[in-house]
Amino acid sequence: MMELIDSTSSSESPTMTESSVPAISAGDGPLKMTTRNVDVFYGDKQAINDVSIDVTMDNVTAFIGPSGCGKSTFLRCLNRMNDTIPIAKVTGEITLEGEDIYAPKMDVVQLRARVGMVFQKPNPFPKSIYDNIAYGPRIHGLASTKEDLDNIVETSLQRAGLWREVQDRLQDSGTALSGGQQQRLCIARAIAVDPEVILMDEPCSALDPIATAKIEELIHELRGKYAIVIVTHNMQQAARVSQRTAFFHLGTLVEYGVTSDIFTNPTQEKTRDYITGRYG
Amino acid sequence: MTGSILFLLIIVLGGISWFFGRVKASRFSITHTKRGAVHSLPNYHGWYVALWAVGPALLFLVVWNFASPALITDAALASPAAEQLPQDAFAKGSILAEARSIASGQQVRAFNPLSQSMVEPYKTAISYYQTLGAIAAILLAFAGGVYSWLRLKPELRARTKIERITMMALLLASLIATITTVGIFASLIFESARFFSMVSPIDFLFGTEWNPKAVAGPRGETGFGAIPLFWGTVFIGAIIAMIVAIPLGLMSAIYLTQYAAPRFRAWMKPILEVLAGVPTVVYGYFAALTVAPALRDFAVSIGISGASSESALAAGVVMGIMIIPFVSSMADDSIAAVPSAMRDGSLAMGATKSETIKKVLIPAALPGVVGGVLLAVSRAIGETMIVVMAAGLAANMTANPFSSVTTVTTQIVQLLTGDQEFDSPKTLAAFALGLVLFIVTLLLNLIALRVVKKYREAYE
Repeated sequence: MMELIDSTSSSESPTMTESSVPAISAGDGPLKMTTRNVDVFYGDKQAINDVSIDVTMDNVTAFIGPSGCGKSTFLRCLNRMNDTIPIAKVTGEITLEGEDIYAPKMDVVQLRARVGMVFQKPNPFPKSIYDNIAYGPRIHGLASTKEDLDNIVETSLQRAGLWREVQDRLQDSGTALSGGQQQRLCIARAIAVDPEVILMDEPCSALDPIATAKIEELIHELRGKYAIVIVTHNMQQAARVSQRTAFFHLGTLVEYGVTSDIFTNPTQEKTRDYITGRYG
Repeated sequence: MTGSILFLLIIVLGGISWFFGRVKASRFSITHTKRGAVHSLPNYHGWYVALWAVGPALLFLVVWNFASPALITDAALASPAAEQLPQDAFAKGSILAEARSIASGQQVRAFNPLSQSMVEPYKTAISYYQTLGAIAAILLAFAGGVYSWLRLKPELRARTKIERITMMALLLASLIATITTVGIFASLIFESARFFSMVSPIDFLFGTEWNPKAVAGPRGETGFGAIPLFWGTVFIGAIIAMIVAIPLGLMSAIYLTQYAAPRFRAWMKPILEVLAGVPTVVYGYFAALTVAPALRDFAVSIGISGASSESALAAGVVMGIMIIPFVSSMADDSIAAVPSAMRDGSLAMGATKSETIKKVLIPAALPGVVGGVLLAVSRAIGETMIVVMAAGLAANMTANPFSSVTTVTTQIVQLLTGDQEFDSPKTLAAFALGLVLFIVTLLLNLIALRVVKKYREAYE
């Protein structure tokens, strides 16, 4: 991962165009993903309007905003999950390590192995805990022997903070775990293919406060190992787990910056209104 | 007065009652203005009176219809003409039956002169009891209407009562279907019991020789070993047909749910469902006239001995094609019932579409698919027309798909067509076969529904 960091700092896209919203760079940390002038259309309806954001390696980036503001839609552009919706159309430029991920030569399957995703509702496969974690390594051929696979499963579960709870029952069904454990299983599953970026789409919205606290703690621990982007409707959560925050409103990016600035001293009035709970 | 006019008259009386009930009830709201003082809307009062007029009268007519023949016969026997009748109960019964059918216009002339003499007493009795029944029914309708009309009060809970009657009517409708099933089962058991009193159940269920035409005689019956039939049924319906239907049905369901563009799916699905609506006799033609000869020529050309123009393969393949839409739509439902989060989760791991289908969707949908396949098998083994036309009649125990085999349904048709004696084991064997088929399909359906239900629960 260290060699990647060196190559990223100069990967500013030459095709970048001037737009109404200037490209916002988040400052410190090596660049992982950049987006420039991204528009998303569902049929005739525009869901995202001209969004440019940089995602850096060392920071957790939070997307906040009222329901329907497009934050989840934008997140799903970053690993091309919007491809599964036939009417969705994405324009603009999104790069991972300087490569345009919407370029024709980009292999979506490989991209999604590099940019993992955790969903709003825990969605373990109806398989054993072991097979849930081994799913990704198996399809990508990451383990050549049984020991390799066992190692990957153990490491992933340890990183997701689930190992101690499930080490004696790896063959139990993943769906038999509690909601919070299921979500950590899904994070472990995403980690198992050794991604560079992990996208989290409101990962705690279906969980109780204790399980939420565990996930937030986990995000802290994973920071730095993976570039993490989290969508949340919970502003306290954004303040707790992220270093960079982007505020979306009606499909546009209103403000993007250091989390503490956004929450204490926003430059845009809309952001201030939202943060102080005037609407949303 | 004929039955239909009487029926119409009662309905008209019901309509009139409805009107009067409504008129009376609509005055309540004038005198009782307090909110809630009138419990039900006038419409419900109208229906309340109408049902009181129609219900008891129709119920009486149904009962009368069953009871009056006995009364009519008694009356006819009491007439002077009855004195010349023979004392022998059997002869007397046949004369009376003939007289009755002449009197009611089903027969024109009598074979027995004694019957002719009984016609007049019968006619008198019939018209007497019919008139009596009609008058009673109309009076009952009047009485019911007037009684309930008098009972109408602002606080009468007509709405609640109508609700209850609606529920009872729906219950009755559902009971009729259930009771019919029980009735079918009972009649099968009854006739089968007669068969099994002549042929041992063990010989029937485990015997390997089927040749009901060559029955030796009372108590010495042979040739009722049904194993070749069971084998033929399983071979065609559960093996060959499923080898065709399961992969094709499953793959078409996967294509339609996962790959097809919405517009293509909108075209393709109805076309596939049309297959399910083709009458089975048309499939039968297709199997017998097109597929079977082609398969025989093919078998002969590659040197397979025993190829017959009626083959298990032809019937099985065509039956499989018939079953495809059935399997496909069941598989379609169960794949669509797998939460899309499951699919997204797999795709987000970097799995391709086909990996996702193979490793996540199909395992998750499997119980539903298995349930659908079991239902399809139970349909296939009960299917008649295709096998009658294409499978043949020879009770062979063979695994050669090009030779002719026979099935349970084919043999039932065979045993019940032509001249029948309802006390010979040859005819009764059809009921025993029907019973076995009924039990097997019933069990298959029960298991399938249970599997499907369990699967549904897993995702709710």
